[in-house]
Amino acid sequence: MDKPLVKPLIDVKDLTIRFETPQRTFDAARGVSFTIGREKVGIVGESGSGKSQTGRALLKLTPKVATISAGHMRFKDTDLLAASERDMRKIRGNHISMILQDPKYSLNPLMRIGQQIVEAYRLHHRSPKAEAREKALAMLESVQIRDPERVFTLFPHEVSGGMGQRIMIAMMLIPEPDLIIADEPTSALDVTVRRQVLTILDELVTRRGTGLMFISHDLNLVAGFCDRVLVMYAGRIMEDLPAKELPKAQHPYTQALLQSLPRLDAETEELKVPVRDPSWLDGPVYRNGVLA
Amino acid sequence: MKSPMKPTRPLIEAIGLSISFGPLHARNRVVDDVSFRINKGEAYGLIGESGCGKSTILRVLSGLNGDYEGALTLNDRELPKKRDKDFFRRAQMVFQDPYGSLHPRKIVEKVLSEPLKIHGFDRHSERIAETLDAVGLGASFRYRYPHELSGGQRQRVAIARALIIEPEILLLDEPTSALDVSVQAEILNLLKRLRVERNLTYLMVSHDLAVIAHICERAGMMFKGRIIEELTSQQIRKSEAREDYTREFLQASVEAVERGPEVAA
Repeated sequence: MDKPLVKPLIDVKDLTIRFETPQRTFDAARGVSFTIGREKVGIVGESGSGKSQTGRALLKLTPKVATISAGHMRFKDTDLLAASERDMRKIRGNHISMILQDPKYSLNPLMRIGQQIVEAYRLHHRSPKAEAREKALAMLESVQIRDPERVFTLFPHEVSGGMGQRIMIAMMLIPEPDLIIADEPTSALDVTVRRQVLTILDELVTRRGTGLMFISHDLNLVAGFCDRVLVMYAGRIMEDLPAKELPKAQHPYTQALLQSLPRLDAETEELKVPVRDPSWLDGPVYRNGVLA
Repeated sequence: MKSPMKPTRPLIEAIGLSISFGPLHARNRVVDDVSFRINKGEAYGLIGESGCGKSTILRVLSGLNGDYEGALTLNDRELPKKRDKDFFRRAQMVFQDPYGSLHPRKIVEKVLSEPLKIHGFDRHSERIAETLDAVGLGASFRYRYPHELSGGQRQRVAIARALIIEPEILLLDEPTSALDVSVQAEILNLLKRLRVERNLTYLMVSHDLAVIAHICERAGMMFKGRIIEELTSQQIRKSEAREDYTREFLQASVEAVERGPEVAA
């Protein structure tokens, strides 16, 4: 891959997210290191692998009981570890924004859609209302909402899931962030709608040169959509490789995951169920096909 | 593989099935004149987007909703709108969400002994042990509560609960879509094995084409309440569709993003 001369947007080294309760201590992420440039990076893993917590840690949105520690965790020139809550508020939305799984829960049900987008814009840009409204309408159009004037006045319950997710994308993109963290943005959607939403997201991200961290459990989806894939297991990145190289993955866990999926192009009588090797917990990991 | 070639009478048949919801003056027809046949031992899939009516058909067939027009037959006999006990012994349903479909305050043994009691089976203890064994859960799971089980184990309990009264038909409503891929593989293997061992007939609803092609021999493609065409699993695999909509649906399941020809690898 073209190693950029510019600095990556996100540079994380040895990130550990520890949940400490009187009963037990649990590390959701154990020494996770990665960088994200202006590219689409997919983070795949099963439930409990720590992928969502890693995404949230970048915005310091992990639950209060969790403590984050790392060698370093930087966003451009900002040291996220040292950043105060006040600094974080400037970063959230403005520089790094987040798209969540279900638009039903992330849109305010009592506020018209247009108002929510305008609010998102005006929070970050001092601008007159009329200008913000125009921006919002243009943004709705760019996520291929055919009748933006009408949708502007609707409430969230009046739109479908696919449209809701496109509205979320519009809202997240309008402050023109440098990085978008999308946590399972399409799991609640149908395949045909999913394709439409991803096509829009892909186009906007590519055109604006926004970085994208795409968290998903769907290996095939990530392989088709992202430039690079990080495979997480038990709080560690097992493998970091270009999406195109996924069929040639080295780590037995990545291979096992790929083999456990039913495939349309190859008929099998029985699917391979991954046999979890305890040595993976602390064993070697791979980067671009070689041991890291 | 079973051969559906023999000119046998179907085990399940839907004839002109229509289902509507809503008040009389504003009826919304969600399933419109649907007919299909499922032979004994066959696995039939229903695919389509959410809202196309596939789960609605399953709920009507399972007796959860008695408000429909048209006819459903089992072994050539029309099913009464209010199903009798015998029907429930012969057809059982497995739901999508294993977290929602098990009673949180009942241990596995209680969950499994209830259907036995209702349908008047003998040898409860042996049957529970046998069924737990058949779904790959050991005896140690017998006295556990649902919260002590993982998602995959719960789905196994849900399948065991359906199987324990030895039904002929399993109605599967997205049985793996709430599970991780590795757990999905386990459950799909289990369903495949059980069908052969017990000569079961499946009607399965899923939005995942690869899952349908893996389990079912045939599938109906649904669109706006109608089955617009029927495909064999081979046709699904090769994307051989007659209708434009089906082709688009198959394409969308294979590729994540619409891309220009130069990027598509």
